[in-house]
Amino acid sequence: MTVRMASVRTEQARSRAHRQGADPNVPVVEFRDVSKVYGGGSVGLDGASMRIGRGEFVFLVGPTGCGKSTCIRLLLKEIEPSKGELLIAGRELNSMPRSRVPYMRRNIGVVFQDYKLLPNRTVYDNVAYSLQVIGETRQEIRRKVPDILRLVGLSTKLHNFPDELSGGEQQRVSIARAFVNHPPLLLADEPTGNLDPETSIGIMQLIYRINRAGTTVVVATHDSQMVDKMRRRVVELREGRIIRDELSGLYRPDESTTEFAVRLRGELGVGDEGHPN
Amino acid sequence: MPATFFLREALRGLRRSSAPALAALLTVLLTALVLGVFIPIVQATTGTANEVRSRVVADVYIKDAATQSQQDQLKTSLEDTSGVKSVEYISKTEALERAQEKNPKAFREGAELLGANPLPASFRVTPEDPDKLDSIVATITRSPQPALDEVRNREEDTDKILSATGLVKALTAGLAALLVFASIALIANTIRLSLFARRREVEVMKLVGATNWFIRWPFVIEGVIVGFFGGLLAVLLLIIAKQTFIDPLSDRFALLAGPDTIDFPLLIVLLMFASIAVSAIGSGITLRRFLRV
Repeated sequence: MTVRMASVRTEQARSRAHRQGADPNVPVVEFRDVSKVYGGGSVGLDGASMRIGRGEFVFLVGPTGCGKSTCIRLLLKEIEPSKGELLIAGRELNSMPRSRVPYMRRNIGVVFQDYKLLPNRTVYDNVAYSLQVIGETRQEIRRKVPDILRLVGLSTKLHNFPDELSGGEQQRVSIARAFVNHPPLLLADEPTGNLDPETSIGIMQLIYRINRAGTTVVVATHDSQMVDKMRRRVVELREGRIIRDELSGLYRPDESTTEFAVRLRGELGVGDEGHPN
Repeated sequence: MPATFFLREALRGLRRSSAPALAALLTVLLTALVLGVFIPIVQATTGTANEVRSRVVADVYIKDAATQSQQDQLKTSLEDTSGVKSVEYISKTEALERAQEKNPKAFREGAELLGANPLPASFRVTPEDPDKLDSIVATITRSPQPALDEVRNREEDTDKILSATGLVKALTAGLAALLVFASIALIANTIRLSLFARRREVEVMKLVGATNWFIRWPFVIEGVIVGFFGGLLAVLLLIIAKQTFIDPLSDRFALLAGPDTIDFPLLIVLLMFASIAVSAIGSGITLRRFLRV
């Protein structure tokens, strides 16, 4: 059973690789000593290097201001790195002309903390827009959009406007929009940042299902519970530097029981002097 | 598919943000209206001023004793002087007739009294450029001709006409420039405001992978629609105003129809075209700022 699943997955991966005309060994995302210094002199990223392979599920973790969002924005070519090279599917982003950027973005699905839905369009039209952008025919749109909305569990809210939906539902719409044309790479910037824990689990399951279908997923988050539960690859950033990269990690680095106790006591505000030893 | 898609998107945009669209439409309407009234006025004023300026002439009086060949020589030399537009011969009798017309009492009785025509024959010199008359007069007096008696350019009149019409022309030109500038600034500002409200939308479109022109076309079409209806309303108002106020007046007073002004149909076409072009290009260009994501 598992073997068959795996073979199906490689099949899918191969067909996707074929579609892109890319070598399956080339990492989907590669940071080569990338730095980003913003205009005011604040450091977004400081000499970060990492490779993310096809089909991986990666958490970018760390406190706010550590460079998670900078990574996402760099990958979308919303901002340019100050130093270093950034490659997506082997393609160098710095040398990419501006006119190619929209076509590059069509191969990347994005999910944001604030959903970024188009406020004057219905759920259906929001999802349809990313298909209209790539010039999909109307029949194809009529076929694909209800399909994907059923997948995210919103088949009854097709004609509602975003402001008539709950936060979790809006995030589902934005995931549907990001995934409707099956991009090989999905970026999520704090996808559960505005949601309660239970809704967050639903969203994360959805993203996980997308990953299982063969899409490479990068999730920037500070939701430690989620990261601990999922046990996937964790890249921890602090002040723009990558300080940890573990294949199946926790939000905090693995710590011994004593370390954990010290941290817990510190967080509870109980001093060591209160301890009998 | 894309053309109808863009059109539907434009209509959706207009419906969804009807207040800013209405503001833009009103701006276009008012601007076109003001321009529609002002263009004929500017033309009438400059036309009148130019007409007055064309009356600036110099009279070259001929000696009574000059022979025909000397007169001809004088005429060709006047015609050859640079800056001269035309030379008109006024004989002694013509001069007397004109004088009598202007001042019947003095000249009719005077002529009878004198028994002879006291007025000399003359050449009336019209300059190409009224401002150059002084230098033309100087050139004529510098080259002595046997037939030439005296040159007069009615200095005081000339100076007054030149300075007054010059001021009028400069003023209307300044006002016209100011008005055009104000119109463009006003329309640009209104468009920017209505687009600013939708900059987030544009940002999202870019992140989904829309090309600049894919985003821009609906906005440009919106601009065309707003400009078309703004211009149309302005033109309708102008037609109504012309038929109720100007037409009855021009029947009664020939003066109003006097100076050459722009053809009304041409004015309408011009205003429509300007309204549509300014608002379409305006929205397209203003969008550029928000497209840099």
